[in-house]
Order: sequence, then C-alpha cells, then structure tokens
Amino acid sequence: MLIPFLTQKDAMEVELREIHKTFGTVHANNGISLRVPAGTIQGILGENGAGKSTLMKILSGFQPADRGEILLDGKKVSLASPADAIRHGVGMLHQDPLDFPPLKLVDDFILGRGGGLFPDRRAAARELRVLAAQFDFSLDPEAHVDTLTVGERQQLEILRLLWRGAQVLILDEPTTGISLPQKEKLFVALKKLAAQDKTLLFVSHKLEDVEFLCSRVAVLRHGALVGTAQPPYHTADLVEMMFGKAIPIGERMAGRPLGKPILRLDDLALEDARLQIKGLSLELRAGEVIGLAGMEGSGQALFLEACAGLRRPVNGRITLGESDLAGASYRRFYRCGVAYLPAARLEQGLVPSLSLSDHFILAGETPGVFIDHTKADALAREQIKTYNIKGAPATPVESLSGGNQQRALLALLRQRLELVLLEHPTRGLDIESTIYIWDKLKERCVEGAAIIFISADLDEILQYSDRVLVFFAGRVSPPLDAATLSADRLGQMIGGKGWPTAPAAVLPVSDVVTRA
Amino acid sequence: MPDARRFGLLVQVGAVLLALLSTTLVLLATGAPPLEAFSSIVVGSVGSWGKFSDVLVSWSPLLVVTAGLLITFSAGLWNIGIEGQVTLGAVFTTGALFALQESGWNPALVITLAMLAGMLGGALWAALAGALKTFGGVNEIFGGLGLNFVATGLNLWLIFGLWKRPGVASMSGTVPFDEAFSLPTLPGSRLSLVAVGLAVLSILLVYFLLKGTYFGLRLKAIGKNAKAAYLLGVPTWQYTMLSFMLCGMFAGLAGAMQVTAVYHRLIPSISSGYGFLGLLVAMLVNFHPAWVAPVALFFAALNIGSIQLPVVLKLDSALAGVLQGTLVLFVLMADGVQQKLMRGALRSEDGTAERGESA
Repeated sequence: MLIPFLTQKDAMEVELREIHKTFGTVHANNGISLRVPAGTIQGILGENGAGKSTLMKILSGFQPADRGEILLDGKKVSLASPADAIRHGVGMLHQDPLDFPPLKLVDDFILGRGGGLFPDRRAAARELRVLAAQFDFSLDPEAHVDTLTVGERQQLEILRLLWRGAQVLILDEPTTGISLPQKEKLFVALKKLAAQDKTLLFVSHKLEDVEFLCSRVAVLRHGALVGTAQPPYHTADLVEMMFGKAIPIGERMAGRPLGKPILRLDDLALEDARLQIKGLSLELRAGEVIGLAGMEGSGQALFLEACAGLRRPVNGRITLGESDLAGASYRRFYRCGVAYLPAARLEQGLVPSLSLSDHFILAGETPGVFIDHTKADALAREQIKTYNIKGAPATPVESLSGGNQQRALLALLRQRLELVLLEHPTRGLDIESTIYIWDKLKERCVEGAAIIFISADLDEILQYSDRVLVFFAGRVSPPLDAATLSADRLGQMIGGKGWPTAPAAVLPVSDVVTRA
Repeated sequence: MPDARRFGLLVQVGAVLLALLSTTLVLLATGAPPLEAFSSIVVGSVGSWGKFSDVLVSWSPLLVVTAGLLITFSAGLWNIGIEGQVTLGAVFTTGALFALQESGWNPALVITLAMLAGMLGGALWAALAGALKTFGGVNEIFGGLGLNFVATGLNLWLIFGLWKRPGVASMSGTVPFDEAFSLPTLPGSRLSLVAVGLAVLSILLVYFLLKGTYFGLRLKAIGKNAKAAYLLGVPTWQYTMLSFMLCGMFAGLAGAMQVTAVYHRLIPSISSGYGFLGLLVAMLVNFHPAWVAPVALFFAALNIGSIQLPVVLKLDSALAGVLQGTLVLFVLMADGVQQKLMRGALRSEDGTAERGESA
C-alpha cells in the first residue's frame, strides 16, 4: 500500500543551468549544466574537490550559487535555504546524517515540519512505521537516534525527507560507512523510489556502486562537467574522465639504494567511527617514498596519523628505529624524529597572526628565556631565501599564498628527521611550487629520511613514490611497485575495482553502533 | 593602512560616546541630572589627593589581576575562575597571618610569607580549573564558574566558622590583624606604595613575558592555534596548566593585597569583584599589555568616584558598573562592526563573495 503523500505530487524534473560558484580563488563550480528527468537515478561521479558537494549544496538550498539557474519542472526557482528546498520538493541526505542523536526517532522525524505547538506524535509515529515497512526498514519510533547505526540513521533521514514531500532526493556518498546488507536494502529502496517516478541524484566516487545503480552518470572534474555516460559503462572511460589523462611532469626518481629500516608496522589495526583497518604490516627504509592513494576518507589519513602518534592503534606494533612506539604520544614520535605536515596548512600547520619569524623561533631550539629578535630575524631571512618563500620575516603566515605556506612548513622541518609524513603536500599549488616542494623532499630522502605522503593526484603518486598503498573503505592493498603500476589500474583500485577479491564483500565497521 | 587605523580610532571613540550616551539615558530615565552625576564622579575620584590616593588603592589589585588574565587570554583561555582565585589568595594570606602572628618573627617577614602564601593559594585554585580542563575535559568557563561559587562558600565558612570572631561571627569579617601586619601606608592615606609597586612590577613582568620570551610566544601560539602549536613541538597541555597557575598566582597576589593593604582582615566580599572587572579591562584593551595600566586606572577612578553618588545625588554607586559594562559592550560591538565593514570592503574590491564555508 502506498501512502497518499508519496504520490500526491507529480514527478519532478530537475535542471541546472550554468551554475557558477567560487570560493576565494577556487572555481568550485564552473558553468555546470545538467538535466535529470523524473524517475532517473542520476550518478554524479568525481574525485575529491571536483565540485560534487558544492553543486548538491546549491541544489538543496544550503548555499547560493554565484550565477546560474535551477529549474524544477521547467520553472525557475530560487532555493534560499534547505527548508525552502524541501518546500519545493528537493531533499538532501548528507554523508553524515543531519539528525539529532539525543532525540527519539519520532521526534527527530517531526522536527522541522511546521504544524503548530503540539505535533501529533502518535500519528507521526504511525506514519513512520508505515513508511518504514514499505521499504523494509526496521525502525522503532520510540528508540533514540544515537542507538542507530549510520545505515539506520540514513534510512530514517530518507523517510523523513519523503514524509516532508521530497520529490527529488540527493544522496551524498550514501554507501560510505554502512554495512553490506544495509547497502543492499538502500539500493532496493532507491530503485523502488525511481520506479515511483522520484528523481534521485546519487553522488559517489565508488565506481561499482554507480555502475550498478545509476541509469546515467555525469562526471565532474575541477569544477566542470567533463562528460556523461549511460549503461553499459566502460570503467576505463569513467576513470579517465574522473582523473584526466596522465600528463607526465618529470622524470621518476631513479632507482637508488635504500638505507637502514626506519619504520616497521606489524599487524597494525586502526579504527574510527567509520572505518576499520586491520592487519597492516609494512617496512620502510631510509630514503624510501611511499604514496598513499585512495578517495578521501578511505583510511589513508588514519594511517598517517597513526604513523605520527596522533592516533592510538587498536592493535599492533609501530617500531621506529629501535623504539617500540605503539600507543606513545605524538611528542614521543616527535622526539624520535617524526614530522607531520597536515593538509590544512593554516588550520593545523601554521599559527595565524604569528609571523614567519615567530614560526622559526617556535620550531627551533630554546637557547634561553628571552628571544633575540635580531638573530631570529636573520635566521628567518636565511630560511626564507633557502626555501624561496615570498615573504618577509615579519609577514603573518595567513597572508602568504598556499604555495608559500607549504614552503614555510617545509622550512620549519627540523634538520635531522627520520620520517616525514605529508598530507596532500602539493594540493592547490602550481606546477613550479610542486616541483620545488618535491625537490626539497627528495633532498630529505638523500639525507636518509623516509617519506609517506597522501595525495589525491594519481600522477603525483605514481611519479614520486617508490611504492604505493591503495586504500578503499578501510581496505589496504599490499605495497605496489610504482614503477610498474599504471594510472588506469590505480584509478580503478581507488574506485574499488580490480582488487584481488571483491572489496564489496568487506564489511566496513559500522555494524557497531556509532555515536555522534 | 593609516586610513584603516584612523577609521578604527573613529569607531572606538564613537563607542565610548555611545556608552556615555546610554548611561546618560539610564540617568535620565531615573530622573537624575546626568551632568551632575558625571561631575560628581570626576570630583569624587580626582578632586583631591585623598580621593586620588583611594583610586590608586583600588587600581593596584585591579592591575595585578588584569596582568594575570593577560597570560591566560594569551593562551586562548577564559579564566572566569579568577574571582575564586583572588578569594583563595586572600584566604591563604589570612591563614598564614593567623598562623604566624604569634610567632614573634619580624612582621615584614611574616607579611612577605603571607603574601607568598596568597600567591600559592591563587595558583592552586587556578590549577584546579586547569586540571579540570586538561584532564577532565571541563571547559574552563564552566569549571571556573563552579569554583568561584565553591571559593565563596569556603570563604564564608571560614569567616563564620573556623576563623569567626570570638563571641559572635559577623558579616564584617574576621578579627582585624594588628597594624604591624599591614603593608605600610603613606601618612594620612590608605595608600601603600608597596602595593602600587607590586602592581606596576606585575604588569611590567607580564609585558616582557608575553613580548620577549620563548614562553610568551609559545603561549600565543597555543592560543591562536593549539593544534599547529602541538605539531610544531610545543607541549600544549603543560603550557595550559602553567598559564593557569601563573594567572592564579597574580590573582592570589591581588587577594593578598586586599587583606594586607586594604581590609586588614578577611571579609565575605574580599575580592571586591576585581576578578570580573579585570576581565572587562582585558577585553576593553583587546589584550594589549601596554594599555592595561591607564584603562585600569580609569576603571578604578569610576569605582571610587561613584562612592559618593548616594550621598550627593541619592543615586546608587552601581552607576560605575553600568558605565563600565556599557563601555566594554560598545567597544566590543564596534570591533565587530568594524571587522564586518572591512570584510565588506575587501569583498567589493576583488569581487568575490566569501560565504564562510568552502567546498
């Protein structure tokens, strides 16, 4: 039986015209036009930062576009807020469900719907049950939201959006962090909704999911729509559209003798609310570079944090040189010669409002109580020159460009280091800066440091790594030799294809209850 | 950008005028003559050497407290527990005086020890707030607020219990100490040059600590970006604890001054609200050490000047608080407005609309 309000409105066609959105100097959406007929499951593919989320936030009223039009059923609408969007029939399911963990399901369900001082909880609970039964979701209206798994919270959110009259449903990475049975249930529900002439936009970077579910696919790259596809899909074409053609930007580092073992991981297990990594073993030698590839949130960041002592492993050993450091603090790692350069340079790496000179003082030795500013400035000038930073000792770091901030971070590294860990070392930098940064990093390798870095740029991974680890939903590939790895194969693995056994069979954590 | 600075100055002056205006409105609403009220405050604070020496008496503890607060503010901490730290400073000083007044030691030595005890008391009370934050995950604002109440309770319990006057316990506090255990005052006034000297020394010490030392720079780094400071190798929680204890030390010194230079005993409201007033001063000067002394002097003058309002105009002396409070509110608001305007100007310059969020 269908509930009346599920069919009360006609099917709705969505059209986006010439959507533009910039953040500072980043053109997150660059003239994107897309038409999605009712009853379709439209896949939106793209790597991190391609502009998927921005586009969907614009469509769901979360943020306004700078330019461009949104048409629903051919009528131009302006969506000023998410509430506005849902009134027009557009609802968005966010990657982290926007619900209220301390509330009961039924209260969460009612929230946000107008209807007087005293909502009819009993009627709402009844409708929630009926709706849930229709999609074979088992949700108890009287339970509390924080007892649900991520997958169940998603189910609740979908029902809530439908109940509020959503004709268009946007799903942002819905298959991240949910269990396989939940994923299957979700897909069944989505197909059912499409059959009811709902319009679905399925945002993902998982090729397999998109290929299985979507009746058409649009691919975004660097803020622009670069192509569309319809079944049958050719994975290789999709990968190429997502990542672009490989452009060689220089010579690979020649094979070179590696030094003493620096880092050893034995049977390492890591865990956060969404992911679980198990049984990771690795040995890293002086001078070696390891690249971590994978979509953001696939476990690389967890891994890098563990190597820095910023995340305590659930199990396993981390041996640095001679010392067993599993469970030790970052300061222990720091003293053992580990450096960690976060991706968020200004948020985590540098201290806004302090000058370059201040930073060099902070990162340097403490010879006494009082700072000798003349000496500090001289040292800063020297480093600024060595690292070719465009700034003066007194320049506050927030006024440096991204490339210069990254150079500053490199300049702040101590003289003797064993292990350098970098998150997206060249993200947002131009070619010149990128090459410069890597030249400096290679010097570190020659001096005997080992490097582990995360990058979303496949070329960077292939060019600068000796070995590559690919991450997918908490699964980690064995170390792959970068010299013989092709960009195509790497791209497929990042998208979850071409793994020795189907990664879909691996359950990510979240059968365990996750709490917000 | 001299233009921006001139504009900023203009906005600040506007804020002060607005504060005066709104206080005037309050006065008008109560039917009091505003001009007379203001002139009475001026006369009451700087009208004679006697009045002005009273202003300096009030200025000293306020300056010491504010100096301490600059340290915690530097580390990005809101040390609301400062009131309790002042109180505990007074309590420890009183305790030490009680313990040592019969010892027959040189009074100067006894006073010095008592004031050191006060600094210890303040530091320990602040360490509690710090430990609650670093080890218990309790925000220092909530922890400090709670500890303020506990400090008040402890103080009252001592005055009406353990240290009560022989015969009858009284709101007027414990038995006054012998005059030998007071800081020496200038003849004919309540002003102690030792207290003033300690206050000036405190703010100078903090000025150089924050401006010129490795310690100060690290504190600042923690305050501006704790994560980055940690990654750069600064031991963050240790420094957080240390900044709490240093601030508590100064607060304790202020409490000790209240006992040894002003009241010569422990009274229920021994902190005189200097902790909270110090917070206002620190905010008003936007945490710049160089401006603390003059602004604290101004606030002390308002406090003293308003004392005779009830006598002269039948107005409550709380008027000083109204003026101080509105002043801080308007100056903070002016800051906010100015930043918003500047951002607006920047936006129209490069034509991009920043929305706060990013992709």
